[in-house]
Parts: sequence; C-alpha cells; structure tokens
Amino acid sequence: MKIAVCVKEVPDATARKRIDAETKRLDRSGEGALNAFDANAVEEALRLKAATVEGEVEGEVVVVSMGPERALNSLRKALAMGADRAVLVADDGAAGSDLVATSAVLAKALEREQPDLVLFGQQSSDSDGAVLWAAVAERLRWPVISQVAELTLDGGSLTGKRQTEFGYDVIRAPLPAVVAVADSINEPRYPSLKGIMGAKSKPQETLSLADLGVDAGSAGGQGSRTEVLALSDPPSRGDTQKIEDDGTGAEKIVAFLAERRLI
Amino acid sequence: MSILVFLEHHGDELQKGSLAVLSKAAGLGAGDVAGVVIGSGVERLAAQAGAHGAATVYVTEDARLEAPLPQPRVDAIAQLVAEKGIETILFAQSILAADIASGLAARLEAGLNWQLTDLAAGGNGLVGKQSALGDSVVVDVGWTSTPRIGLFRAGAFDPSEQAAAGTVEHFEVQLQEHSLAAEMVEQAHAEESGPSIEEADVIVAGGRGLGEPEKFALVEELAKVLGGAVAATRAVVDAGWYPYSAQVGQTGKSVSPTLYVACGISGAIQHKVGMQSSKTIVAINKDPNAPIFEFADFGVVGDLHQILPKLTEALQARKS
Repeated sequence: MKIAVCVKEVPDATARKRIDAETKRLDRSGEGALNAFDANAVEEALRLKAATVEGEVEGEVVVVSMGPERALNSLRKALAMGADRAVLVADDGAAGSDLVATSAVLAKALEREQPDLVLFGQQSSDSDGAVLWAAVAERLRWPVISQVAELTLDGGSLTGKRQTEFGYDVIRAPLPAVVAVADSINEPRYPSLKGIMGAKSKPQETLSLADLGVDAGSAGGQGSRTEVLALSDPPSRGDTQKIEDDGTGAEKIVAFLAERRLI
Repeated sequence: MSILVFLEHHGDELQKGSLAVLSKAAGLGAGDVAGVVIGSGVERLAAQAGAHGAATVYVTEDARLEAPLPQPRVDAIAQLVAEKGIETILFAQSILAADIASGLAARLEAGLNWQLTDLAAGGNGLVGKQSALGDSVVVDVGWTSTPRIGLFRAGAFDPSEQAAAGTVEHFEVQLQEHSLAAEMVEQAHAEESGPSIEEADVIVAGGRGLGEPEKFALVEELAKVLGGAVAATRAVVDAGWYPYSAQVGQTGKSVSPTLYVACGISGAIQHKVGMQSSKTIVAINKDPNAPIFEFADFGVVGDLHQILPKLTEALQARKS
C-alpha cells in the first residue's frame, strides 16, 4: 500500500497574512508552516499504513507538494510525524499557479509516484481553498470522495463516511482513489523528539517542472486561467452597540429586534 | 455571452443558494442565462428555475445520476458547455458543488474562482468579488479565458423572483468510466426539527460560553420561539456537545440569515468567516472584550444563563 499525501506550506498561523499590492499574490516572505489541515491527512495515512498488513511488503507514505524550495522545512513536519519520504516540486515557473495549473503539476508528480491512494486535508488555511482534490482526481481519472470523516480500506476498495448539509453519505470507491479528509477524522499526533531528529535524514527530493515533463505554458501564471485585478478593504458593518446587562438585557434585545422589524 | 447555473436539488426543492446565483446571473443582463438540473425524476423542478430567471432549463435524467456524486455531473456539464458554447458556469457553494466545479475546471482547463460574494460585467467579460484572508481583504478576480467557472459563497445573496421562459430542454449524457467508479452506498438524512441552518432566516448559535452541553436547551428554546435553526461553534462540536451538521465557520458552514443570535461565542475568526454576512447580528457574551462585539450590531455583556430564559419568555409573551 503506497499512500501519497498532498500537502502545502502556508504562512505561519501567528503571522499576519497580507497580499502584496505589487504582485497581487500572497506575501509568503515570512515564516512558513505545514498547513494544519494537512496534518489530519498525514495522520490518516500513517494510521492506514499501520493497519495494512501486506505480506512482506512494507507500506509507504510519501508527502507530495508544490512550492518554493524552502517549503521542505514545512514538509519535514510530516516526515517527523512518520511519513517516509517527501517530494517537492519547486520551480520558479510554477509560482502563481491557480487551480488549473496546480492540479496539472500535482497530477504529474502523482503519476510519477503511482500511489494506491492520494489523501488531501480539508482545506488550505491561506487561500481558503477546498477544491484541489477534485481537479487532481479528474486529471488522474480516478474516483474522488471529499469531506471524509471515517475511512476504511477493504482490499481493493475504500469506504468513506462524511457529513453533508443534509445528513451523512457513505461512499465506496475502488483503488486507486483520491480522498479528502475532514479535520474531524482524527487528532494528528505531535512529532516525537526522535521523529524530529530523524526527519532530516529521510529522503527528500526536489523536482523541477522539466523533471516531470510539465511544459512552462501549463504552470505558473502562464498556465493559470484566473487573475487578480484589484484589492480593496472589506465594507465595514456600520454602527455597533454594546450594553452591559443590568437585568434588562433581554428587554433591550427585544426592543432592538422590534426596531429592526425582525420580530 | 451565455451563463449556465448548476441547480442543486435536495428532495423536491432546488436549493436556495442555487436559485440566488441564478437570479444574480439573470440580473446581470449579460446574455442568455440557463440552469441545469441533473438527477433522476427532476424535470418537475424546472419551473422553480424559470421563476428565478432561467430562459432555458437543461434537464438530464438518468438513474446513475440519482446519487449526489460530483464526477458524473462533471461529464454532464462538460458536455453541455461543449454543445451549447457556454462561456460561464456558476455554482453556489456546497460540498457537492465545490467538487463539481473543481473537476470541471480540470476537465475544461477553465479558470475557477471561489469564495465569490459578487459578480459584475467588466474586465474580460466578468469580474468577481472574492473575500480572502479571513475576510480581511476583498479581491477583484477575473478570468483570462473562457469558459469561466465561479463558485459563490453560501448566502452571498438572496434569490429574487425573475420571470423567464424556463423552457425545458432534455439532454442525454455520455458518462465516463472513472466518473462512475465511486458509488453511494448509504445516504441518511438527519432528523431535522427546524429549518436547516443554510436555509434558515433566523439562527441562534451556541458556543463554549454555554458552559455545558445541557445548556444548549436554552439556545434551542430561543430558536424555537424565533422560528429559527440552531447552530454551533467548532469548539462545542469538537467537544461533542452538538452535531457537526450545525457547525458554522471556516470548517463548517457559511450562513447569512436575516438574524444571527450568538450566545456565548467569542467571535474568533474561525467562526466569524461563516456568519459575518448575516444581516443583523446580536451577541450575548460575558467577556466585554470578546471580538464578537466588534462586529455584532447589538451586543449585550452579561450572563447568558440569566438573559436567554428571559429573552425566550419575553418573545413568547409577545407572540401570544
């Protein structure tokens, strides 16, 4: 069983995120970190690897990412958690890739790895994106299941249970498949000291677009089909009122609702 | 310019969010607007689309399209786009719609912009407003080629009635092998005691400030008297106090009811992004420095265990 986990480096949660007015791209110059939602996908991969007994063949968990070269620092967190190997597509020509371009590059990297299962976390914390898996699955022509809160493997197929707006779904798909996990699926482990020490010596490969056979026109700004035109401040909500409850708080809420004709 | 809106349905209803996007598209005056309904036994839903601005409603019915899975719908929409020369495909955010939009983007090599809160003519045809970085910045986004794909944030706007022909046109879909690989084994619908939070006009939400799970009864009673739905923060869902289906926020649902009453909710960014587009926000919290008071229209600093029962009682008295 070979599991690939697609992960992303995002600006550290403690840093104030901003979009560079000049390049109109997210300012990624500060500290980076592994996207927190990706840790759930790494955890699930490690759990599945441990639960799978395949004769003599050892399972493998490989993290796959696209980003600047220094993103390897963030990928090491996944290695410290227990992933076996990291593959990073780092190429100046890939900077500024939108969904179409990113999915094209990742699909090439995944085709090279030939995993049985590809896992994604539930969203990226920087772009609020929660869509990439479906585009990657389409390029691989594999089935996709998203928002999975419970995942079980059964021979050549997997079953995912997920919450929806209306209740829950149980969906089954044959392997190979792409699954995006919800962050409720597990509690990611903290890397142990031994894991952190060992992460640096695990295989970490950096690939260029050329290594993957991706032509320059399919990645980065050239390969993208969307553009950022302008940035502005969000509209303010207008006046806010705040009162201390002196025993008449409930009455005052009723009066406010009545004034706004909400009751 | 032609625009196609994906019309998601659940049971006998087209979803409010889909109809809102449809009426928005019709209001642009930017060309032909059509809707597409995909499923099994769904033709009767077309009339609702006509009433919200669809000149044409494409309908495809196939037993293999009954389960709400994204990949066969990518086949159906991609086929329509090619046959009809559609330039723009719009979706209202949902678990299903997001996966269709993304799969379709890869299939058509089309640009996808998400978290849209508005759309207008301009640029290379259309310009979207995208709320980004936890709603701290509004980004004007465009598409550099057609087809364009847009995914609107839930509750970005309300549906409006716009009479249009709503002419039904059936089409047959060629489904691809990989699109049929995933299979719905079981589908369960949660027992709903009130309106679902995405469709509700009034939402009463509870957070950690309730103190213990049993205190959700206070929230439920208030929701009942207001005719609203109950929502919860991530913290209390994680703690097992309330089901995930009620979770509002970055990792839950985005809602924009007419009235949102936040009880014992601090208003952390995680929650804020899911509810700040509510028309009116009322907050009750004992911490005067809680961030929720920065964006609540009416905030009460106090003990919700005192205030909520009184509020429910006062509203009940007013009703009867």
